[in-house]
Amino acid sequence: MPIAGLFIVLLILPPIIPRFYTYIIALMFVTGLLAMSLNMVVGHGGMFQFHHCAFYGVGAYSLALILTKTTLPMWVGFVAGPIVAALVGLLIGWLCVRLNRLYFGMLQISLGSLIWAIVFRWYSLTNGDDGIHGIPMPSILSSLNSSYYFILIVLAICLVGMYLIFKSPFGTTLQAIRDNPQRCEAVGVNVRRHQLAAIVIATFFSGVAGVLFVVLERSVFPDLLFWVLSLEIFIMCLLGGWFTFLGPMLGAAITVALRTFVGIYTEYWTLILGVILILLIFFLPEGVLGYFIEKFKERGTNAMQEEK
Amino acid sequence: MDIGQAFTFSALASQFLVGLSRAMILFIVCSGMSFVLGVLRVPNVAHGSLYMIGAFSAFSIASLFGGSPTGFWLALIFAPLVVALVSLIAERALFCHLYEREHLMLLLFTFALMLILGDLVKLTWGAEYRSIMAPPFFRGSIPIFGSAFPRYNLFLLIIGPLVAISLWLFTNKTKIGKISRAAAVDREMVGAVGINVSWVFAAAFVIGCYLAGLGGALVAPTVSITIGMDHGIIIEAFLIVTIGGLGNMWGALVGSLIFGLTQAFGVLFWPQFAIVFPYAAVVIILIWRPTGMLKSVW
Repeated sequence: MPIAGLFIVLLILPPIIPRFYTYIIALMFVTGLLAMSLNMVVGHGGMFQFHHCAFYGVGAYSLALILTKTTLPMWVGFVAGPIVAALVGLLIGWLCVRLNRLYFGMLQISLGSLIWAIVFRWYSLTNGDDGIHGIPMPSILSSLNSSYYFILIVLAICLVGMYLIFKSPFGTTLQAIRDNPQRCEAVGVNVRRHQLAAIVIATFFSGVAGVLFVVLERSVFPDLLFWVLSLEIFIMCLLGGWFTFLGPMLGAAITVALRTFVGIYTEYWTLILGVILILLIFFLPEGVLGYFIEKFKERGTNAMQEEK
Repeated sequence: MDIGQAFTFSALASQFLVGLSRAMILFIVCSGMSFVLGVLRVPNVAHGSLYMIGAFSAFSIASLFGGSPTGFWLALIFAPLVVALVSLIAERALFCHLYEREHLMLLLFTFALMLILGDLVKLTWGAEYRSIMAPPFFRGSIPIFGSAFPRYNLFLLIIGPLVAISLWLFTNKTKIGKISRAAAVDREMVGAVGINVSWVFAAAFVIGCYLAGLGGALVAPTVSITIGMDHGIIIEAFLIVTIGGLGNMWGALVGSLIFGLTQAFGVLFWPQFAIVFPYAAVVIILIWRPTGMLKSVW
């Protein structure tokens, strides 16, 4: 119920608030979707997905390249973005799931960096470190408000899809694998195949986030695939709460809001982000949303004990 | 330059030496990361920032002496010590309280350290490009196989093996080195025989970071020192220790050689995509041997 209320509030906001805030909220949606997709693998799947934004960048670049370099109908780009991201996810995931923990993460960083290096250097195709700017959009997405609504609706659909996956037998199995891979293996679950499927699904959603980023910004640049961004998304998941469903969304919103408002006063944003991260690690490892859910549960059990 | 000219013996030989001297810098930085990885089992994401601090401190120390040769040598000695001090403070104040926590938290802590140190460097030294001069003896170049080779790179070719030998002596012949190797294999057992594991970890961390600082100080005369040089080196260091075998010092050497040489030859074959060659080599090696070329200490 509160979610539906929030959705309605978000629907009526854009005409009332200044353009800048509309843009910031839309950016929160895009970043939030990216963080949610990462959390499917990291928080729910327990894998060290260290270079998630490579897939985000692949999704964004696929759309950008189809819109600027080809004469294909525009909708092809919007469909191709997530699919290409998922295909790259399938390839990289297939190579990675054979390995354990840290080696998984390291192999992914190297493969992701390979993609980054190609994008960074292939001037004739991707414009290299300049990126592609002023990407043409369908007329229906011409204004900021219409982009906002498009992003909001796609985000809502993705969240419903993610929630269904999270609660499905597949999602539950994935969480069981995170908690005890040996036992899952012993009861006949194909651990590797489940992990690979999770990676493909997550990279698909990160591709969607990449497409939405292009819709919002109309530009792409190699920093989208740089590993620093990947770790920043990691922080968002941690900040919101690993083991909650909507936590990463909250974490992304907090991060984007902080970056915007801290950026007004100082250029030392990463310093502040680092301090926040250290405080989180020491005092709030379960994240903001995780903390509140825990508190809520505690109060619930206390109340029940008092009733007895 | 047409293809025929690109593959003359002299061009190949000089690129080989360029790659080799690049590999020496990479090795010094990566051996430090590998050492920390072996003992603490944490990929130190802040390693690149410490490398950058090493370069900037070398600049400050050298400019104190107005660019005289004494300044250069003092910078080479004291800049890594500054880095070691920074890492000691970070370790004792914050990092050491996290050893009981899960791996991911340690890794994220080092990432936080990287973010903070990166901005602190910007606060201290500003965003301008800096450079320092090598002593006159190392300036200029000498002809080798018909092409000019910078003298300073020859100096690097001597320093690299020296560091490798000292590290080998340290880990195999000294008590603390042996303890740290033991802690890498079985930390509970090391604690059980009455050794303060927390201090062993601190020592390993500081030594690893010292090597990062040394790499930074050594690279300082050959590059322009600027903020952002941490981002480049750290990912290379990650990949090198991975293809070498996590925590294996000789693996770091093998990895550095592969990385440096593929990059140097890549420049000959396809200059625009030279940056891609080392990454591609890493991917091929990891597909062929997923846990690295040499045995990991894990």
